[in-house]
Amino acid sequence: MTAPTERPRGGKHVVARTDEIPPGSRRIVELDGRQIGIFNIDGEYVAFLHRCPHMSGPLCEGAVIGLVESSGPGDVRLDESRKFLTCPLHGWEFDVHTGQSYFDPKRVKAKRFPVEVRSGADVAADAPAAAPGAPGTPEADTGAAPEADGRVPGPYTAETFEVVVEQDYVVVSTGRPRRK
Amino acid sequence: MTTALLENTTRTALWSGSVIDADVHANVPSLETLQKYQERVWVQWAQERGWAGPSGLKIAYPPNAPTTSRDEWRLDDGPPASDLGALQRHILDPWQVEKAVLNCYYAIDSLRHPDWAAALARSVNDWLVAEWLDRDPRLVGSLVVPARDPQAAADEIDRIGGHPGFKQVMLPVRSETLYGQRIWWPFFDAAVRNDLVVGMHWGGTPDGSPSTSGFPSWYVEEYAAETQVYAAQVISMIAEGVLRKFPELRISMLDCGFTWIPTWGWRMNKEWKGLRREIPWVDRPPMDLVREHFRFSVAPIDSGPPEHMAKIVEWLGTDDLLMFGTDYPHRHDDDIAEFLQVLPETMRANVMSETARRWYRL
Repeated sequence: MTAPTERPRGGKHVVARTDEIPPGSRRIVELDGRQIGIFNIDGEYVAFLHRCPHMSGPLCEGAVIGLVESSGPGDVRLDESRKFLTCPLHGWEFDVHTGQSYFDPKRVKAKRFPVEVRSGADVAADAPAAAPGAPGTPEADTGAAPEADGRVPGPYTAETFEVVVEQDYVVVSTGRPRRK
Repeated sequence: MTTALLENTTRTALWSGSVIDADVHANVPSLETLQKYQERVWVQWAQERGWAGPSGLKIAYPPNAPTTSRDEWRLDDGPPASDLGALQRHILDPWQVEKAVLNCYYAIDSLRHPDWAAALARSVNDWLVAEWLDRDPRLVGSLVVPARDPQAAADEIDRIGGHPGFKQVMLPVRSETLYGQRIWWPFFDAAVRNDLVVGMHWGGTPDGSPSTSGFPSWYVEEYAAETQVYAAQVISMIAEGVLRKFPELRISMLDCGFTWIPTWGWRMNKEWKGLRREIPWVDRPPMDLVREHFRFSVAPIDSGPPEHMAKIVEWLGTDDLLMFGTDYPHRHDDDIAEFLQVLPETMRANVMSETARRWYRL
């Protein structure tokens, strides 16, 4: 199974402060016109397209469950170190780390997006790519951020203050979907 | 020579390869016939009470129902299929049968007496060996068990199941508990230990409803509904993990048709995809397990138009699932010639002999 290749178009989106998506919670946002769910799974952030590859169900509204293991009838164990996102329509499971389904691995895989946690300083340094959407505006799409033009500096200098961003932010990278 | 099943053709014109009949019946002529195989205490016990035999037999096979026997196969003295010579004349010779799997349903499971049921089963099995299996090398057999008592059934398998003539142990499809449940594990363990196929057979305890929702009023209802009980037993054996617990288990589904399998399989596979974590020991789609662990006799065929049957056969997804069987002496009126025409070339030898040969290790 080869992972779909994506051509990044520089689509890094600050979607929330980290404390806005505590462990066990999720947030569904719209980025580049697509709904994407960002999950905090035991402190790790993962992001899925809000669309089940089976029948387009609202995948990111489903339960996140641990792996049930068994050596045979009468033996059921829960391995909570392996988590699966389940679609609320039909209960199909997708590995939160790979998007892989297991009942039909050749045919169905859920789309994931890279997620990183960046410090406020890094987010500020990335400005203007990220800064306008940063604090508490999850729907921000920084892709349209204006670029610096070639204006000539004038003679006056206004008083400035150093901005220290102390919090961390959840940053999702979207890519252009591969066309078949 | 022809039989009713060969009315318009001869055996070799119909099929030039070998024939293994996966389902022919032997019926106990009378309780008295079994007495020479019984301990005296049970003979006296039955005589004192005027007990004439298990009541469930006439429930499973109403004596005068057309399905119980073709008219030309009824015998002057005794119930149909109660005579080896008749079986030879009616089936083994005209069909040029290489091997036939002999099944006896004597409704022992309609008895609640724990010792008498086990003793009666022993006598039926000893009678089968002495008066059928030992007298015609074409016959292999299914042993019967006291099917209300899984441990007693396992004991009987261990007592007689090693006889080279026995290739199968019979389990009536109707029961008070589903066969996937763990109370049955000693039974399946014994079957696997003795290298026997489990033959799921028409009939069963008078307490086991012939439909999955209770007791119907009419025989036509019972006859048409009982296939649902087979489906329920298959689902139970898959879901409860019997096949994971006993990976060598082979189960023959006799007398239940097979046209329902593909569509039921679609449903079961679909539900498994969403609910499989309930039953994590089922690590493959259920239809994969059906193809691996189950075989089906083709009587009755439940045939519709040939083009429909061709689709159903294709949907089975394997050419190694069906086994020819006449279900002698029961009446099904299957058109085996038309069925052979529908089958892909690669499947005909499997259906007529080779699947049963491999399955029963004949």
